[in-house]
Amino acid sequence: MFLHYLELAWRNTLAAKGLSALMVLALGLGIGACMTTLTVYHVLSGDPIPHKSDRLFNVQLDAGDLIGWQAGQEPTFDLTRYDATALLRDRKAPRQVMSSGFNTSVGLPDGPAKPIFSSVRMTSADFFAMFDAPWAHGGGWSAADDEAEARVAVISASLNEKLFGGANSVGREVIVRGQPLRIVGVLKPWKVQPHFWDLTLGSYTETEDFYLPFSTAMALKMGHWGNMDCWGKGANGGSSLDLNASCSWVQYWVEFDKPEDAAAYRDYLVAYSEAQRKAGRFERPANVRLRNVMDWLGAQKVLPADVRLQTWLAFGFLAVCVVNMVGLLLAKTLRRSGEIGVRRALGATRGDIFRQFVVEAGMLGMAGALLGLLLAQGGLWLVRQSPNDYARLAELDAAMLALTLGLALLASLVAGLLPAWRAALVTPALQLKVQ
Amino acid sequence: MFKDLIPILSTLRRHRIAAGLIVLEVALTCAIVTNALHLIQTRIEALNTESGLAESEMAVLDLRGSKPQAPERSGAIAAEDVMRLRALPGVKAATVVNQIVYGNNSNNSGVSLEPDYKGTRVTAAQYAADEQMIPTFGLKLLEGRNFTPDEILDGFQAFSVADPVIGQLIINKVMADKLFPGRSAVGQRVYVFGRSPSTVIGVVETLTHTQLHRVRGGDGSGTAMILPLRGGGSYVLRAAPDQLDRVIKAATASLEAVDPTRVVTRARSVPQMRAGFYAQDRAMAWLMGGVCVSLLLVTAMGIVGLASFWVQQRTRMIGTRRALGATERQILRYFQLENLLLTTTGIVIGLGAAWALSQLLMQSYALPRLPWVYLPAGAVSLWLLGQLAVWVPARRAARLSPVAALRS
Repeated sequence: MFLHYLELAWRNTLAAKGLSALMVLALGLGIGACMTTLTVYHVLSGDPIPHKSDRLFNVQLDAGDLIGWQAGQEPTFDLTRYDATALLRDRKAPRQVMSSGFNTSVGLPDGPAKPIFSSVRMTSADFFAMFDAPWAHGGGWSAADDEAEARVAVISASLNEKLFGGANSVGREVIVRGQPLRIVGVLKPWKVQPHFWDLTLGSYTETEDFYLPFSTAMALKMGHWGNMDCWGKGANGGSSLDLNASCSWVQYWVEFDKPEDAAAYRDYLVAYSEAQRKAGRFERPANVRLRNVMDWLGAQKVLPADVRLQTWLAFGFLAVCVVNMVGLLLAKTLRRSGEIGVRRALGATRGDIFRQFVVEAGMLGMAGALLGLLLAQGGLWLVRQSPNDYARLAELDAAMLALTLGLALLASLVAGLLPAWRAALVTPALQLKVQ
Repeated sequence: MFKDLIPILSTLRRHRIAAGLIVLEVALTCAIVTNALHLIQTRIEALNTESGLAESEMAVLDLRGSKPQAPERSGAIAAEDVMRLRALPGVKAATVVNQIVYGNNSNNSGVSLEPDYKGTRVTAAQYAADEQMIPTFGLKLLEGRNFTPDEILDGFQAFSVADPVIGQLIINKVMADKLFPGRSAVGQRVYVFGRSPSTVIGVVETLTHTQLHRVRGGDGSGTAMILPLRGGGSYVLRAAPDQLDRVIKAATASLEAVDPTRVVTRARSVPQMRAGFYAQDRAMAWLMGGVCVSLLLVTAMGIVGLASFWVQQRTRMIGTRRALGATERQILRYFQLENLLLTTTGIVIGLGAAWALSQLLMQSYALPRLPWVYLPAGAVSLWLLGQLAVWVPARRAARLSPVAALRS
């Protein structure tokens, strides 16, 4: 029966070519616009580390001074080097990581004249295990290396490609700021979006190319890229990266075995803040934040407001397209009242007529979906040409493909219900008499 | 003409669903298009913001070394480099500055009228450069004077003491008006880094925050100041627009030749930087525009489709009326009036929805209120659209020969 309905639908579509084409075009446009924006939304609002995002927590302490301070405001964005070092020393969580960003040239002892500038993450031993870094060769460094300012480094797949042609470079030396460092690990290509462990260099920047112990980076007198807030005496005549500078620029993350452990850690952070206040280092009342990955991304408003706005706009557009399709389908259906009358007189039930017209709407919907898919691919191509830092991420995946088809079918069925119902209401006697 | 009104209303009453759909479509389109046009307008306004600089004549070069450089040397190195750049043919002026408009850096400092951050306080964009900044940027001095070469301090030395002493500074007009309303700012004292006062020696007209309307640091009011400090930063050149590309190449070669371990990592003209800075706004405006056009097209298609259907359905009625003496013009008017009625209903509902949507956008996205002119503009454009869309089917109806129409 379904096949028969499909055949009828096909014939009717051909009979009203112009009107059918109009409907498919309008639906395709609506679906295409929706899928383009939804895909961007989906990619940008995704969970960067799904299986443990509820166990990874960002730490904020309020180390700022009282000038311009208001109760209830967000604490300073990053940690000071002093506090991050102190928390790391206490080791109150199964894993903890302090880190910050930089960019430096990396060369070989006898390498090319033009140095390769690479993004740097200065961090501590747990970083790779906490964020699930994929290893191609070797591994990370140990907490003892952190203590000893060991001259070790981990490099990304792409830097390994540039420096060593992709060979296993564990044990080789690189020159950074005039000093030799030994490579202990090489990563596989590693994509993490958003770049959640440090949002201050752009929310969707790529993972870093060069990793080394925080202590080593300080010993090499590396600088800092990213956000930095200073207060009071700030650098106090020295460098703002000094242990005792009143500047916050270090990101701090902890991992627990289960999400519930966060409460105990929060108590520890409050106790730490109070102790610092007693010692005269902190001036503000204890004001800590401990947010898991998704809460952190939400609080920092990582999803660009434009993207959300575009998505709403596209859905408004789809709504207009669906209303439009209802109107056109209705016109097309009522034009065929005579034919419906004949079919009803020959014994078709109201249900038969209803089903036939729903199938017809569904067929138009699938055609609209295919057109929409093409348009969405075109739309995403356009998005990728735009110069945002997230533009290159806009790709249609299997889930979004299924959603496209589902959305189109749903939209066309919703649009088809009313006309099909009206068709089923046609009274055979009246139609035949008019004829 | 208005005697048609009664038959139209009675026809529409019989086709309540189809009529309702047209009204709904027009209303939705009206609500979305007015707000989208307003969004486009806000983006275009942002695109036209004046930076106050001689943009078309400026270029920016970023230089990096692969070997660590002693920070106490950076001021001296910058001074030598700038001397070299000024000697290049075609270069009108050159300087090293800590930040530049459309760039990624943003330095801001609190400035107060009393020592130790007390009294009236503003947060200002903090530029640090030598006396060549004003000619290089093409800034206009409204009052006072520029720095003299011997007032320029070495940035590293100035900040290597706990209480930096910076004797003079230049502020922009916004800051002058804010700190010293109704009096001249020149000669006044302000405090930037604690206890030592700095004297305002000049006021420049327009000098913006580097991130303009996307300010994250600073207080967003547009206050900015220039400190007479020499240190590391971006190299900024000024040359005639047609010479700019050549000068960028010459400057790159000259800077890299001095020390082979240094690399010019980025060399761009300020118009290029501006285009990059506004790319997102421009893309958004295009997208909104595209959606508006598609929406209007889809709505027009809907009107054409339904009107054609009605014409076909009423062929016999049209034939009767024509046979009874109605002119082609009257038939045309009939369908036009019908469309006017439907679109007007849609527009009235749509304008209400547009207003509600704008309230929602104001709350959720901190967008400015929809100016009222958009409402009549949206109404007029949808009226026109409706009349245009109904023209083809209405004319077909009017051209029907009465005999053929009655026989069908």
